[in-house]
Amino acid sequence: MINVSVQPAPIDLVSELAAVEIKGAGGIATFIGTVRGDDGVTGLTLEHYPGMTEGMLIALAEEAFARWELLGVTIVHRVGEMAPGDHIVFIGTAAAHRKEALESCAYLIDRLKTEAPFWKRETRGDAAMWVEAKANDLDASERWT
Amino acid sequence: MDLLYFAWVRERVGTGAETVDPPEAVVNVADLICWLSERSPGHAAALAEPAHLRAAIDQRFVPLDAPLGDAKEVAIFPPVTGG
Repeated sequence: MINVSVQPAPIDLVSELAAVEIKGAGGIATFIGTVRGDDGVTGLTLEHYPGMTEGMLIALAEEAFARWELLGVTIVHRVGEMAPGDHIVFIGTAAAHRKEALESCAYLIDRLKTEAPFWKRETRGDAAMWVEAKANDLDASERWT
Repeated sequence: MDLLYFAWVRERVGTGAETVDPPEAVVNVADLICWLSERSPGHAAALAEPAHLRAAIDQRFVPLDAPLGDAKEVAIFPPVTGG
């Protein structure tokens, strides 16, 4: 089962976790990405490419299903305005055993960072700056290929 | 052809979307970027350094040397930074 959502609303962790608690799953892995408040960041805006974003997240979930024995994958990504501490992304994977759940969860966040069309803009008080892509994110994504 | 711009490319161009009809000599994405950069000072500022740009044709990532073919929608944007 694949659940993908790109939404301006806050991520409801309780219901997203409940949705990935699939019958027969012996292990559920989750990753939650949050807005860091270090370095003076006061806000974060997430822009995305409507249509392509959802398509890429579904394609990544399908790749995970092809690669591991999975029962469920949930990917929820927030867009729009956020504050430090807010949840940006929730990934949940359910499998019969922990290895598949943990590995596929790591795969999905590593690949999402380089394959899904999102852009972050940080604000520090009155100043705004687009976040630059990091070389180590590319390395983390490429280790799965 | 419908064009979409995102993040700082959108900000510098001054719009997130426009429709253009490039000449036949514009064969691939790099040609399109070069041709678009002459449309306005904003386009020139956004598209000055193709090495910092990424693109998608009909919602699929492509390298800048990818032929445009029958592309309906071309998007130009910086490297992605989600997650």
